[in-house]
Amino acid sequence: MSAIILYMAGLAAIAGWWLSQQRLAAKPWLEEGVIADSRGEALPSAKVGLGVFLAVAGSLFALLISAYSMRINMADWRTLPVPRLLWFNTGVLVVSSVALQWAYMAARRNDLEDVIVGLLAGGASAVTFLIGQLLIWQQLNVTGYFLASNPANAFFYLITAAHGLHLIGGLVALGRTTAKVWRGVEMIRLRLSVELCAIYWHFLLLVWLVLLGLLTGWTDDFVDICRRLLT
Amino acid sequence: MVDIPYQEVTGIPPAEVADVELYHPRSWWTRYVFSQDAKVIAVQYSITAMAIGMVALVLSWLMRLQLGFPGTFSFIDPSQYLQFITMHGMIMVIYLLTALFLGGFGNYLIPLMVGARDMVFPYVNMLSYWVYLLAVIVLAATFFVPGGPTGAGWTLYPPQAILSGTPGQDWGIVLMLASLILFIIGFTMGGLNYVVTVLQARTRGMTLMRLPLTVWGIFTATVMALLAFPALFVASVMLLLDRLLGTSFFMPTLVEMGQQLKYGGGSPILFQHLFWFFGHPEVYIVALPAFGIISDLISVHARKNIFGYRMMVWAIVAIGALSFVVWAHHMYVSGMHPYFGFFFATTTLIIAIPTAIKVYNWVLTLWRGDIHLTVPMLYALAFIITFVNGGLTGLFLGNVVVDVPLSDTMFVVAHFHMVMGIAPIMAVFGGIYHWYPKVTGRMLNEALGKFHFWVTFLGAYAIFFPMHYLGLLGVPRRYHDIGETAFIPASAHDLNAFMSVAALIVGFAQLVFVFNMIWSLMKGKEAGGNPWGATSLEWQTPETPPGHGNWGKELPVVYRWAYDYSVPGATRDFVPQNEPPAGLMAQGVHP
Repeated sequence: MSAIILYMAGLAAIAGWWLSQQRLAAKPWLEEGVIADSRGEALPSAKVGLGVFLAVAGSLFALLISAYSMRINMADWRTLPVPRLLWFNTGVLVVSSVALQWAYMAARRNDLEDVIVGLLAGGASAVTFLIGQLLIWQQLNVTGYFLASNPANAFFYLITAAHGLHLIGGLVALGRTTAKVWRGVEMIRLRLSVELCAIYWHFLLLVWLVLLGLLTGWTDDFVDICRRLLT
Repeated sequence: MVDIPYQEVTGIPPAEVADVELYHPRSWWTRYVFSQDAKVIAVQYSITAMAIGMVALVLSWLMRLQLGFPGTFSFIDPSQYLQFITMHGMIMVIYLLTALFLGGFGNYLIPLMVGARDMVFPYVNMLSYWVYLLAVIVLAATFFVPGGPTGAGWTLYPPQAILSGTPGQDWGIVLMLASLILFIIGFTMGGLNYVVTVLQARTRGMTLMRLPLTVWGIFTATVMALLAFPALFVASVMLLLDRLLGTSFFMPTLVEMGQQLKYGGGSPILFQHLFWFFGHPEVYIVALPAFGIISDLISVHARKNIFGYRMMVWAIVAIGALSFVVWAHHMYVSGMHPYFGFFFATTTLIIAIPTAIKVYNWVLTLWRGDIHLTVPMLYALAFIITFVNGGLTGLFLGNVVVDVPLSDTMFVVAHFHMVMGIAPIMAVFGGIYHWYPKVTGRMLNEALGKFHFWVTFLGAYAIFFPMHYLGLLGVPRRYHDIGETAFIPASAHDLNAFMSVAALIVGFAQLVFVFNMIWSLMKGKEAGGNPWGATSLEWQTPETPPGHGNWGKELPVVYRWAYDYSVPGATRDFVPQNEPPAGLMAQGVHP
């Protein structure tokens, strides 16, 4: 459970930092009158909401990683060969993230055409990534690495599915954002939607890189060190 | 009160948060059924939770009938007994308490108490309820599928949860896991709303340290739930895959009825870690909102400011954080490394410190207060007693050496019913008697309320207090029939019969409560806007019940904390949060 504990410690640090800005040592019983609130620069609620959601999704992945690193030590674990397509997919996901960042930067410049190009490129590459993941599943199936034949396979399918489903959810949001461009929503609201999509994509890219490290065994040494530190 | 203005008060600063655009319902359907108004959603959540809770109550009767009078009720066979245990536990903990505190109280009180018009994402909030309802329907459907509901125990431990010896192996367990997954998805939607509303939609002057403790409790519990439920989600998905697709995440190599099963190599302990990583925070997910509600009830009905408000807030946050590092105290008997047990026993006992601070502060709030023994106050007092009782036995069980012999006995059942069954339910009842006048505009009948209280409180003690004794005798839990056993004296059987009669009486008393709620809705005394003379914002709404958008044209402005009761020199014994200080009143500013 070390991954989830580390993750929670990180969240606790953020929460602690935030709480330290909130005058928790105030004596409210002595304070009458209007107090200027220390809410910081006013973040849009949707952005705060996305932040909270990312914390929840992050804990889901941290838990999967925890389960993975506990199960990997059992005797029956047979590591999967790393499908080559995985590298291609990773590249496509990076492209997707870059495209959305580009769309966001275009939105800040009020350049509607570039926004559309960025959104479509981001969406198309995300769909390509998903198709690529399905192809990997198919390849594994053809070569006999079935879901139930080994826990390594089961985790591979489960983790890639969890990540893929999150990306599909993101695609729904991306579709709605693209529809907003078509409807001609005012730039300020569009900018926020594009920014939220970009943040979510970066988050999923980051998660994917961590998962990739885990599934390909790159992070084994790191996981090992963490385990020794915590046990 | 010493009047030290924090800052020169010359006028009202501009709103820090722009007033939101409200969604306005256009038809009866969008107003009362597919409503995006948090108040309607709160009522929907509460009614659904209480309805499924009644099912769990009936299940507890059936269990008690079997335990009190073994052999008398031939229709309760051992399999069914296990199914009753499982469904009773799961419904009460998740579908009743979690949903009622966060979905019910949270939805109703958060926007009103922080001075918002509604939740920040009303559409998602509506979806949250409908997904929850779907989860409840899937759960209830397990009673009607072939093989019935699962009998795996509410912890659903593999491997037994999905093996053929366990009742409900065909459909019950599958639907149970599906229902949990749905519940978590629905809850996450609601939880995002509760958290972001508290963060973003507080009205002018409502700093975090001016929030009523109810909001602090619900807020912290929601944050915990958002982070803890994913563990149950992961565990449920993996167990479902083990059951349906034959993976071996949790399932070890097994021989069943002479047959080697297709599973192999999995780790049941892994499931226990995931489950309790959710399961222990879950205790505080239902306890923290109760703590908050009780703090407010005591302060209002003792006409005194809450003692140690800052400590109360810090304790809530500390309990929330600590509860994530104690989960393995539920696994002392799983064969873990002794140092592991030592670590978790230590963290478990440390939680007693912030919790004890809260209890002392409640008692000190009562001390020399102008105590009104209203029904909400009675429930609040009962909560403190029951919670202390359950908390103390928690200290016993937190120690490995005490837990190991007691862990499979009725002592544990008595402990967790006291601390996370009876105590939170006392807070629920107290909260309902307290806020019902705001929700409906009418008071609940007090005589019926007092009858309901005394029967419930004394009855609950009659059930669970002797149960500790049975546990110390070594009476095992989860057994359909103890039979003739040398170490269990005949008096234990008599005690069991007594507890069962008490359970029947307590159950029937809840019908009085249901009747009171329905009857008072039409015939109850008119409540007016603020029948208890309370300071927090929900009692200051222009209409009762609050209208769509809560606040009429202008959002309230908050000038003080929520606990200005019996302020020396004030004209009334309470000063509402939105009442301007004298200086501003002179300038013509009014609440």
